[in-house]
Amino acid sequence: MKRSLVAAVIAGVSLVASTAYAQQFPARAITLIVPFAAGGPTDTVARVLGEAMGRDLGQQVVIENVVGAGGTTGAARVANAAKDGYTLLLWHIGMATSDTLYRRLPYQTLTSFAPIGLVTEVPMTIIGRPRLPAADLNGLVDYVKKNAATVTMANAGVGSASHLCGMLFMSQIQQAVTTVPYPGTGPAMTDILGDQVDFMCDQTTTTTPQIQTGSVKAFLVTSADRLDQIPNVRTAKEQGMNFELGIWHGVWAPSGTPPAVVERLTRALQFALAERPVAQRFAALATAPSTKEEATPAALDAKVKSEIARWKPLIQAAGVYAD
Amino acid sequence: MEDLLGNLGLGMSVALTGYNILFCFLGVLLGTLIGVLPGVGPVATIAMLLPITVEFSPATAMIMLAGIYYGAQYGGSTTAILMNMPGEPSSSVTAIDGYKMARKGRAGPALATAALGSFFAGTVATFVIAVFAPPLARYALKFGPPEYFSLMLLGLICAVALAHGSVIKALGMVILGLLFGLIGADLFSGMNRFTFGIRELSDGLNFAAVAVGIFGIAEILRNLENERERDAVITKVTGLMPTKDDLKRIVWPILRGTGLGSLLGVLPGGGSILAAFAAYTVEKRISKTPEEFGQGAIEGVAGPESANNAGAQTSFIPLLTLGVPANPVMAVMMGAMILQGIIPGPAVITRNPDLFWGVIASMWIGNAMLVILNLPLIGLWVRLLTIPYYVLFPAIIAFAAIGSYSIASNEYDLYALALFGALGYVLVRLGCEPAPFLLGFVLGPQMEEHLRRALIISRGDWSVFMTRPLSATLVAAAAVVLLIVFVPQVAKKRRAVFQEET
Repeated sequence: MKRSLVAAVIAGVSLVASTAYAQQFPARAITLIVPFAAGGPTDTVARVLGEAMGRDLGQQVVIENVVGAGGTTGAARVANAAKDGYTLLLWHIGMATSDTLYRRLPYQTLTSFAPIGLVTEVPMTIIGRPRLPAADLNGLVDYVKKNAATVTMANAGVGSASHLCGMLFMSQIQQAVTTVPYPGTGPAMTDILGDQVDFMCDQTTTTTPQIQTGSVKAFLVTSADRLDQIPNVRTAKEQGMNFELGIWHGVWAPSGTPPAVVERLTRALQFALAERPVAQRFAALATAPSTKEEATPAALDAKVKSEIARWKPLIQAAGVYAD
Repeated sequence: MEDLLGNLGLGMSVALTGYNILFCFLGVLLGTLIGVLPGVGPVATIAMLLPITVEFSPATAMIMLAGIYYGAQYGGSTTAILMNMPGEPSSSVTAIDGYKMARKGRAGPALATAALGSFFAGTVATFVIAVFAPPLARYALKFGPPEYFSLMLLGLICAVALAHGSVIKALGMVILGLLFGLIGADLFSGMNRFTFGIRELSDGLNFAAVAVGIFGIAEILRNLENERERDAVITKVTGLMPTKDDLKRIVWPILRGTGLGSLLGVLPGGGSILAAFAAYTVEKRISKTPEEFGQGAIEGVAGPESANNAGAQTSFIPLLTLGVPANPVMAVMMGAMILQGIIPGPAVITRNPDLFWGVIASMWIGNAMLVILNLPLIGLWVRLLTIPYYVLFPAIIAFAAIGSYSIASNEYDLYALALFGALGYVLVRLGCEPAPFLLGFVLGPQMEEHLRRALIISRGDWSVFMTRPLSATLVAAAAVVLLIVFVPQVAKKRRAVFQEET
């Protein structure tokens, strides 16, 4: 009886303390770590989001680019940061795939982080060089199978979105293709435009402008429905293939962050995603903000778990590791 | 032609509004400042300003950000000349003769040459973009992996062939640079090379840290060795402006540098550093007094500075006409355009003509502002050299450290700064030049990448380098340069010309 009373008092005090802390939170600027270089699609997402979250929190959200090792360096920085909610991570699908791609990670994917919520899910597109002799998805698959000895597929290096999408595509059409890695999507796009490599799968962020002006051939979009920005590009399902994939982005805090702080951050995230200017800028990237239900710790946690399970066998079958 | 005038007129009408002039000025001013601070680069600055520019109109935002970029190119050569601290790959070439000029008390003329050369190059490059942007973009697309490999092969061979001093040492430096460039994850297999299990090294060594270390920190160490000598050298500053004779000597190098820079700047990747090195090589090759190069030849400042500024400007062409960024700065600019709701790509020129032509016109205005801003500042910069060294060098080291760290927030970049400072000092004592090292460091990994990519695409067939006309031409040029170095007759002449310092 006495003991439970003490426990209740302690629980009550810590709850009050935690709430009080959350009421003061945030008392200073928050650092949002982006594990990629400034100017890339992930960085752009972070800057749009950070600005809007900062307005809700009444504090500035400072973007810090901690670059390296496919994003895991930045993630490690957040995993080891103070558990006070002032250091956050914005990362994407790489959080789940690096769990298999890297055999030695300096953190535990599932236990080192406190998820805040999903941010957006960017669709992918398969595009080809302007003179590629194929008109649609089935034409592309035929071409790839017939010319298996010479056909080339570009990607932006091990673990990149384009690499993941390429793996999924090859397993889908049951045909291995020679891949040509580039240090980033930009140089890969240059070689697609110049007819140097045959095709590539990349985020709409980079392919939309090229598709809109007809500088490349577009074979499919990996979203469930067609996109307003590129209405002529058909989905995989329309062309008889089951091929859905999105580069989802999420925000994490270090695990052990007080629940009230996580809750406050989730509210700020939901506020930001509901802002019109945020939606407009995401639309320029050919993507949309996640819904209020998706922008929750539970949804992000479930996403990471299901995506680890989805990619593990694919990566292991391909035998590609990043370390 | 009428079209062009009309377009430029539209551009001027955008760029000459009071608001845009103000932000153009703020951009170039900020750019000059961050350029002067060694290590603090335009990438970080532009990225930090992105959220602010969202509030501006697209044209204003781009005009200001572009101003930061080419302003930084100006400022970068200032520290390269005064302190041997190149912040950008391309200004490492300016440091070779610019710093020697400064040590001889001719910092003023060196800075003025850099400013005038850059202004001229910037003006010409603006017209190049206006007239030739679409055809130049198509020419850049003709460069596939084999062409890039052959171009870089030519670049490295030129660096060895025309290095100052002994060929063996230059070759050794290029190879050493190349080996250091290999550190990090292999792009093709994901395997880590020479990282000794250190995760922070998996993206390789940071260029800024290596360059500032091997040039700048090494120079500080060397200066500290004999403080009295340094002060004596610097205090006899002779004249701030170039003499009539100087002006006569820099006219052609500026013209040639501008041409080379405009052409090579369009190429994504190593374009602008290749342009600066190529300009230096050409000037040294055709100079009547090649022995002055490396000792403070004003042509060695004029050529590369013009090439570097022209290249900086024409590197906008791939972004504005193709939607592909040529270097990290352009990648951040691309982010800025996307934030504004403008999708960079072939459509910009037709869909947002006011933005496209406004930015181009503002480049000319910005370059004019830079000259007006920088010429009077020369006196101030030169006086900086008279600050006692025990005050100056800790400040330089602090800025170098902050700058190197700010790029990727990676503490290993600081270790690299210290390590390469020490290495640079040893190399200087051994009479080895850091410039070929740096070229090997930058081009080596890119060369490997393009070689392997070309061979993957050709399925291991080496003949691609000879069967593609552009690549074959570049390989042939490289062979000619090699011949010139090793055929005895020429080699003898070369020895006479580039006598090794002892």
